[in-house]
Amino acid sequence: MSRDLHELGLLEAAEALARKAISSVELVQALLDRSAALNPSLNALTWVDADAVLAAARAADAARVAGDARPLLGAPMAIKDLLNVQGQPCTAGSNILKGYVAPYDATVIARLRAAGCLFVSRTNTDEFAMGGSTETSAYGTTRNPWDLERVPGGSSGGSAAAVAARLAPAALASDTGGSIRQPAAFCGVTGLKPTYGRVSRYGCVAFASSLDQVGPIARTVEDVTAVYQVIAGLDPHDSTTSARPVEDALPGVRAATNLKGLTLGLPRDYFVEGLDAEVETLTRAAVETCRELGANVVDVDLPHSRYGIACYYILAPAEASANLARYDGVRYGFRAPAEDLQEMYEQTRSLGFGAEVKRRVILGTYVLSSGFHDAYYLRAQKIRTLIRRDFDRVFETCDAIIGPVTPTAAFRIGEKNADPVQMYLGDIFTVNVNLAGLCGLSVPCGFTPSGLPAGLHIAGPAFADARILEIGAAYQHATDWHVKPPEI
Amino acid sequence: MSDFIPSIGLEVHVQLKTRTKMFCDCPAHEEGEPNTSVCPVCLGLPGAMPVINREAIRRTVKTGLMIGSTISLRSTFDRKNYFYPDMSKNYQITQQAAPLCMGGAVSIEVAGRTRTIRVNHIHQEEDVAKSTHMENSTEIDFGRAGTPLMELVTEPDMASPDEAMAFLLALKEMLIYAGISDCNLELGHVRCDVNSSLRPVGTDKLGVKCEIKNMNTFKGIHRALTYELERQAAVLRSGGTLIQETRRWDDEAGVTLPMRSKEYAHDYRYFPEPDLPPVVLDEATVEAWRAELPELPVARRARFVAAYGLPEYDAGVLVADRAIADYYEAVATTSGRFKAASNWVMGELLRALGERGLGIAEARVTPEALAELIALVEAKTIHMTAAKEVFQVLFDEGGSPSAVVERLGLAQVSDGAAMEEFAAQAIAANAGVADDFRNGKEAALKFLVGQVMKLSRGKANPQRAAEALRRRLAT
Repeated sequence: MSRDLHELGLLEAAEALARKAISSVELVQALLDRSAALNPSLNALTWVDADAVLAAARAADAARVAGDARPLLGAPMAIKDLLNVQGQPCTAGSNILKGYVAPYDATVIARLRAAGCLFVSRTNTDEFAMGGSTETSAYGTTRNPWDLERVPGGSSGGSAAAVAARLAPAALASDTGGSIRQPAAFCGVTGLKPTYGRVSRYGCVAFASSLDQVGPIARTVEDVTAVYQVIAGLDPHDSTTSARPVEDALPGVRAATNLKGLTLGLPRDYFVEGLDAEVETLTRAAVETCRELGANVVDVDLPHSRYGIACYYILAPAEASANLARYDGVRYGFRAPAEDLQEMYEQTRSLGFGAEVKRRVILGTYVLSSGFHDAYYLRAQKIRTLIRRDFDRVFETCDAIIGPVTPTAAFRIGEKNADPVQMYLGDIFTVNVNLAGLCGLSVPCGFTPSGLPAGLHIAGPAFADARILEIGAAYQHATDWHVKPPEI
Repeated sequence: MSDFIPSIGLEVHVQLKTRTKMFCDCPAHEEGEPNTSVCPVCLGLPGAMPVINREAIRRTVKTGLMIGSTISLRSTFDRKNYFYPDMSKNYQITQQAAPLCMGGAVSIEVAGRTRTIRVNHIHQEEDVAKSTHMENSTEIDFGRAGTPLMELVTEPDMASPDEAMAFLLALKEMLIYAGISDCNLELGHVRCDVNSSLRPVGTDKLGVKCEIKNMNTFKGIHRALTYELERQAAVLRSGGTLIQETRRWDDEAGVTLPMRSKEYAHDYRYFPEPDLPPVVLDEATVEAWRAELPELPVARRARFVAAYGLPEYDAGVLVADRAIADYYEAVATTSGRFKAASNWVMGELLRALGERGLGIAEARVTPEALAELIALVEAKTIHMTAAKEVFQVLFDEGGSPSAVVERLGLAQVSDGAAMEEFAAQAIAANAGVADDFRNGKEAALKFLVGQVMKLSRGKANPQRAAEALRRRLAT
């Protein structure tokens, strides 16, 4: 191998493993070495068990010798600390789950395990995925590999930073309002938020159940597609998953060279005040590339999208207030010493949860409480319907929507901590896709003058995941923004 | 209570007889070690998600069909939020906005008066864990958590504790009949909260309502309600005012006591359960479920009286248990002897079952065999005393009555040498009694006939025995 093993993408690694050009043990060892060297400064990983993963790699190598030819056998992945992997800690970046070891596999993990994948590390996340900077994690802030003074985005900042820094070829993450796409954009990697109901949420620690979706982060659309292909599909344990058959997207993604015959909508509403000029320039250049690739780019209107953030910050906390009620010290996780039950509840939750989680639980409890329920929760549900209709209308004439992923490139650590609303506005271009249950992809589309990556957002109708992957692949095949590694 | 009219409404929770729990595959109704029939879903572990048990939905819909509810073809689940250690998620998945069954009614009969008790709705939900309070701790068994539960909410249509009791008994009978629930009160299959209020005679407006909780038996409900209505009447008679509150029944002390408002004044913050899609049913499914319903007890009792000419009492006893009623119908229709069939089932069969502590399914005597036995008695092939002996054999061993009669030699003896021999023996052994008869004491013959029956081990035809005795005593 002329390239370092940690440089290999997921499919490249799988292919090299299949040829027996490399062993899984070598590959895993290279990633462990690199993680040991870089993670102290990045803080992207919250947990690594070298012995266990090397044993799993040895088993994969032995299986291959014995004739096991599963395409992803021995391929390593990093997993967001929100997904249950049996026998590994699962803490959702929270002190309240410190010491909790997952007793079962999430469905996505079980499927990747069956496909032969190895789970080498767990990646940092904002506590319970609540944040856009990975600064709310109980494990401390993850740093952006492109600039250690900046955030990697969030909540899946650990997964995005780990993939960008070549600590793993691919990672699993989750996206409730932009938590895959925004960190992917900030870290210069590729991330897919699949259609709601396309990928099982069973075993993914719930934040906001009607919005959460598990998806992959990798360096290329091909690798993202390869993971998507394994994890997508009906799950009897998650009643919100769809029974639609999962298309084989990889051949189309591999073959994508142009965007001829496609109409891409460019929302006027996204090029407004608050969009950083440098990011706007990069986005407009990416749009131009799409035109050059043959796409018919048209202006579209999403008039209700401006209410998306407000709507999201009512519905997501409402659902979270119930989802997080189970962390009470009674059955598992952290329990504060107390004299009686009420005090135990109060102390456990006061000490176990961080400030942002408490803010959202209180917010969610408030908007559901009697007397306020109709004014907030019910109204937000109505706005959600209007947002969905905006997209339905646009998708009557457009195959997908393109635009910026984020209003700015990665910001400085601590920069937005004083004002939660400023932090929340970072999701302005991604959150509506979750509210409408659509699919969204973030692909690297260039660097600001100071060398920070930006992302192009490609959003498609529900269950058009393969289509947006093909669009992303066509763009990626014509550009090389996703190839350049950060210097660390 | 003559100056006030009580209005009583019930919230009845019934555990459904399903193989698995409401939202996971764990076996329901396990009586094993605590916290063994559990999984990530019913333990509320991080990341676990519920999946609807269609069998529970079917049972709740069938209950609705039995009481004439409108079945919602689209119903939804909601989260009911409150913190309590017996609830693993600290929210209960229930139905608030769109329950499965709307409306309906149950007819009851109290003191010869038929009353219709309206049902507001029936909704589907999950049971909580079982808490056992120790001196310094509480033990929680999540084995019960997630057991399918339906909650039936009535209108305040009952006017006495007796009516409330009649409603619960009618409901229980119906649910057992249709296989919806075993309704075993000791196992907590049925639990009930009671709302009651008083209004002065001659007024329509309902009075202030009090809820009572913590009754573990139907008897407890009756006692609690009787106490509570007296308490409310006493307050009103003394010119006091009642406050709307929730009270706890103390079964030992026999009183209801106010609960601290902290214990019940919840804002449940209901909102739609995002993890579960709506339950969508089509007409054909509902009709198929309707077709599975058995004839209900009230209708069956009436039919037993009309079609088989049975006394009300017999119909009541037979219909009380669906399997017994089915058995009776088989015996009655096979034998064509409706009243005799009733006598046998209510008499010998129920007695034998009771003695052995068996259920009807365990009895080895088939309805066909019992019908044949009845025919043998009718044809005077065997005497009743012998028939009971045959029945006992059939009950224990099964088989055909005629074979048993043959084997035991129980066919009636009417004539011939055997009868003459029994008569001669009876007279010889009771010379004094024989003289009494000869001296004109007619009643003495009865005694001698009895002796012949005894000697023949019940096989003798008593009439023929009397004739044989008379002949001998006349000479």
